[in-house]
Amino acid sequence: MKLLVPVKRVVDFNVKVRVKTDGSGVDTANVKMSMNPFDEIAVEEAVRLKEKGVATELVAVSCGIAACQETLRTALAIGIDRAILVETDAELQPLAVAKLLKAIVDKEAPQLVILGKQAIDDDSNQTGQMLAALLGWPQATFASKVDIADGKATVKREIDGGLETVAVTLPAVVTTDLRLNEPRYATLPNIMKAKKKPLDVVKPDALGVDVSPRLTTLKVVEPPKRKGGGKVADVKELVAKLRGEAKVIS
Amino acid sequence: MSILVVAEHDHAALKSATAHAVTAAAKLGGDVHVLVAGHNARGAADAAAKIAGVAKVLHADAAQLAGQTAENVAALVVGIAAPYSHIVLPATGYGKNVAPRVAALLDVAQVSDIIAVESSDTFVRPIYAGNAFATVQSKDAKKVITVRTTAFDSAAAGGQASVESVAAPADFGRAQVLGQELTKSDRPELTSARIVISGGRGLQKGENFKMLEALADKLNAAIGASRAAVDAGFVPNDYQVGQTGKIVAPDLYIAIGISGAIQHLAGMKDSKVIVAINKDPEAPIFQIADYGLIGDLFEIVPALTAELG
Repeated sequence: MKLLVPVKRVVDFNVKVRVKTDGSGVDTANVKMSMNPFDEIAVEEAVRLKEKGVATELVAVSCGIAACQETLRTALAIGIDRAILVETDAELQPLAVAKLLKAIVDKEAPQLVILGKQAIDDDSNQTGQMLAALLGWPQATFASKVDIADGKATVKREIDGGLETVAVTLPAVVTTDLRLNEPRYATLPNIMKAKKKPLDVVKPDALGVDVSPRLTTLKVVEPPKRKGGGKVADVKELVAKLRGEAKVIS
Repeated sequence: MSILVVAEHDHAALKSATAHAVTAAAKLGGDVHVLVAGHNARGAADAAAKIAGVAKVLHADAAQLAGQTAENVAALVVGIAAPYSHIVLPATGYGKNVAPRVAALLDVAQVSDIIAVESSDTFVRPIYAGNAFATVQSKDAKKVITVRTTAFDSAAAGGQASVESVAAPADFGRAQVLGQELTKSDRPELTSARIVISGGRGLQKGENFKMLEALADKLNAAIGASRAAVDAGFVPNDYQVGQTGKIVAPDLYIAIGISGAIQHLAGMKDSKVIVAINKDPEAPIFQIADYGLIGDLFEIVPALTAELG
């Protein structure tokens, strides 16, 4: 069984981003970039499914600028077999990415697409669900456990009240949540090996996909600063302040 | 112009998120209709009809809607979408699962997690874990939007909308809900509680959350947690407050043994009053706390509980 694992290159989760002074966006120049953490969990899950003998071939795909090749190499170092970059300098929004991924799915015919539930840059949480819709496939979002057997994926999903178990008939889309697994670190020998694994580059035009943005960002600003840093000496002072000053308890 | 709000409910009752989504919808201008898609969900439909500002409730009742799968709900929404300029869902686990499927089937962009309505096509939404606010304009004929519930007040009661039946499409057939394990609690719901007490890695083990429960009992508070505490298995996943967990904005948020990672702050920094209790004076949580108390939580929390007597 073939698995497709879409991965996104994002600003590293440890970086505190700065809004550009002209309000046009967030400063990403000279900032550490990494694979979206949720996608890393998806890569790990795919590799585990191969190690268990459930999956036979793992293909990673990324959409974006040439530098996304680094992200794909990371996926290859963790254990993905080969990679595809859909290369474009255009701004890509989730619907466009879902359309590009659909075109790749049409070519590659995987039984399962597994990807992060959300990218930590735009926080949209859309691509997996959109891809499932465009393909007419079922979706199992926010997965904390995935079992594949008998042509079905049985997935434990994180929902607001706890957990939900769904069974989806393959082919299907699964999006990963935090508790699905703990991604391994790529070892040096595997990083070296990853450099020799195949990485194909295609353009959106060749896939017949119009990636024009539908949303226009008019401005990006810093959120209002919270005035914090107040201290109290002890419990008595805390309770007195909460009652008298803040008036949030009686 | 009319707006369709897709209600979140458990069939018997409406979830509080729905009334927040109605408030956001009302700001778009136009009649607000609410869709209740479920099985034996008359209770939820009647409750939706009583929300002030709702002009009409559409009630789809079918066995295949019992599990409220994204596949079946999205197909239903797309089937009735024609007259609507906007389709609005709360940015909850439910809304996040369903909305993008609707948007893609309609071939329109989705605007996720809006915190303000500037006009009928322009919205403000947080990006980068709330470290930037983007104002975005949608050029699509229909707008699919999810709403951050803490950014919009709950719509008042007092409506008298009519309830109309709509037919549900046939079952999608390839997605089935097998069961749910819901965390049982007599406490207020995390996202709508007036007071939230959250514990982090500093609690050291799950058992120690009992200490927070005693405090929560005194304050009628909900209990939350940082990702570190959930990952460590101290408490279930639905306790998580943060960028990818629940977003809360209570009157009082008490962070106990939480250092204050960016990802956690993203879920609670709009709280009215923030109290932080942590033994590390350098913990970033103190930078946003109104009242910081440096010290050993294992001494402070019982003392605080006793003080509230």
